[in-house]
Amino acid sequence: MTQTLAASSVLPSQQTDRANALPVAIFLILALVPFGAAFGPESYVLGLFTRVMVFAVAALALDFICGYGGLVSFGHAAFVGIGAYAVGIIGAHGVTEMLVSLPVALLAGAIFAYLTGTVCLRTKSVYFIMITLAFGQMAYFIAGSLAPYGGDDGLTVRLRSTLLGFPILQNDRTFYYFVLLSLLVVYFAFRTIVYSRFGRVLRGARENATRMATLGFDVFSFQRVGYVIAGAVGGLSGFLLANATEFVSPAYMSWQRSGELIIMILLGGLGTLHGAIVGAAAYLLIEETLGGITEQWKLIFGPLLVLIVLFARGGLLGLVDRIRGRPGRG
Amino acid sequence: MSTGLVVVQILNGLQFGVLLFLIAAGLTLVFGVMDFINLAHGVQYMLGAYLAVAFYALTSNFFIALLLALAAALVFGLLLEFLVFRHLYDRDHLEQVIATFGIIIFLNQAVKTVWGAAPLTLPIPEIFSGSIILMPGLLYPIWRLVIIASGLAIGLLLYVLVGHTRVGMLVRAGATNARMVSALGVDIRRLFMIVFGFGTMLAAFAGAMIAPILSVEPGMGDTVLILAFVVIVIGGIGSMRGAFLAALLIGLVDTLGRSFAIDILRLVMPPSPARTVGPAIASMLIYVLMALVLYFRPSGLFPARGR
Repeated sequence: MTQTLAASSVLPSQQTDRANALPVAIFLILALVPFGAAFGPESYVLGLFTRVMVFAVAALALDFICGYGGLVSFGHAAFVGIGAYAVGIIGAHGVTEMLVSLPVALLAGAIFAYLTGTVCLRTKSVYFIMITLAFGQMAYFIAGSLAPYGGDDGLTVRLRSTLLGFPILQNDRTFYYFVLLSLLVVYFAFRTIVYSRFGRVLRGARENATRMATLGFDVFSFQRVGYVIAGAVGGLSGFLLANATEFVSPAYMSWQRSGELIIMILLGGLGTLHGAIVGAAAYLLIEETLGGITEQWKLIFGPLLVLIVLFARGGLLGLVDRIRGRPGRG
Repeated sequence: MSTGLVVVQILNGLQFGVLLFLIAAGLTLVFGVMDFINLAHGVQYMLGAYLAVAFYALTSNFFIALLLALAAALVFGLLLEFLVFRHLYDRDHLEQVIATFGIIIFLNQAVKTVWGAAPLTLPIPEIFSGSIILMPGLLYPIWRLVIIASGLAIGLLLYVLVGHTRVGMLVRAGATNARMVSALGVDIRRLFMIVFGFGTMLAAFAGAMIAPILSVEPGMGDTVLILAFVVIVIGGIGSMRGAFLAALLIGLVDTLGRSFAIDILRLVMPPSPARTVGPAIASMLIYVLMALVLYFRPSGLFPARGR
């Protein structure tokens, strides 16, 4: 497991310019989507790609902690749900100000990550996967019991968040660019973190935690900080999701959602960051396309996932690499 | 909270625990010996239930239907092993998760396509229908007792098989260090197939046995799968004894929690909040238990792997 993970993240200096061209292309395409959408069913296309980017934010955080930290979290959807509930609950009390709800969403995700991380990070590998799942399920059931905020049925967000009282997110196109901006900021933040000293320690701990500890690093604290960062960004994704769907529900935290996020980062290629964006787009667009063709789309989608695992190691990006005849990532 | 109610709920908890054990047993072996995360284990349980219903429609005899369902589930499981799983044994856990997740998506939709989305039912076999008098004024359905008994019998059978036969010895050795067993000249792939086929049949058996008291519907395997994972993680991956004890523990805690959480909470808080908080606490109880166990014993109660 360590070997494939190790091979999947090369340092930037070793990357070709073409590999760097891919993130640029991704963001360029995302920036141009609204112009293309103007010729078609605009609100549908905008909505779909907004969703793609919202999930890409969550997937980026998961890719950071999972692909670079080696910590496979099966409860990542909980952070998204917590961020979404922050918006929903604050909104239910009549406050729509982004300067309030956004920090609260980030902080709530970070605090939940800090508390659960303290327990989870004591365990390793499969046990870590399962204990993160356990905490995810706890968050799911707590959300379902919030009777004043809709319980199992969820809660409608009546107004999208405002900035200093201005409803800047009401317009779908403005909201789209707001989400794109968030994605861009998160992407560059993670790129910076990954190649910083902190990121190197985190990756070192993924390869060999004992060795890093021997070198004098407090691995547990580094991993916990990483986990908290991922939690906060998950909260951000939840903030965006609540605004995008104008609805909050415990279903955002279900373990299937966490599974979907894992599938997204695997689809894109683990430990590449921009792979998380590609994966989120691929997953949601495949789902959308197949869903448009037939009601039984899952009969195609399921086997497709199996085939991707069997024949496209290193995700879709790895597949592209191999087709081009370059050495694969994993 | 009368004594009778407590007894009934303890029996229900045991029955649920036994059911979880049947599913977790296969899962822990597959996981422990092959280091393979099989999320599709839950759909094999669902398939067992559906096959039992289908064969019952053909034969009108529960026991023949049960046998046919087990045979069909075995064939299907081995087919899956041959087509997909065996290519995944030396892959990442993550890749195994995604592929078997794909199989879940496919099979859940497939049963919906074949049998429809509406829940199906299976009648309780004639000779085990009705209830038995446990105490004066306390009736308990016989079929649930049959499930408990058959689960305990299979537990005993597994105890003998795993603890006192040559294959069982290899399985235990495989759970401790599969590579070493292979190096000693054991055909580990064949061992994998035996373990896998057996695990599949146990899950299908659980599905078929529970079908008469539960509605058979698509997705019924998903919740059970997560619970089975909780069981094997608490018990310690690869440990049959751990799976058995953890399954009973989870079954009892979950059932008793759901029945009595509100009553217990009412002792410490007013009735109205107790009614809202109670169910949430009851659903969370097993996850809290799991988090606690893993906090103090990071590899579960009975770790099998000798690393």
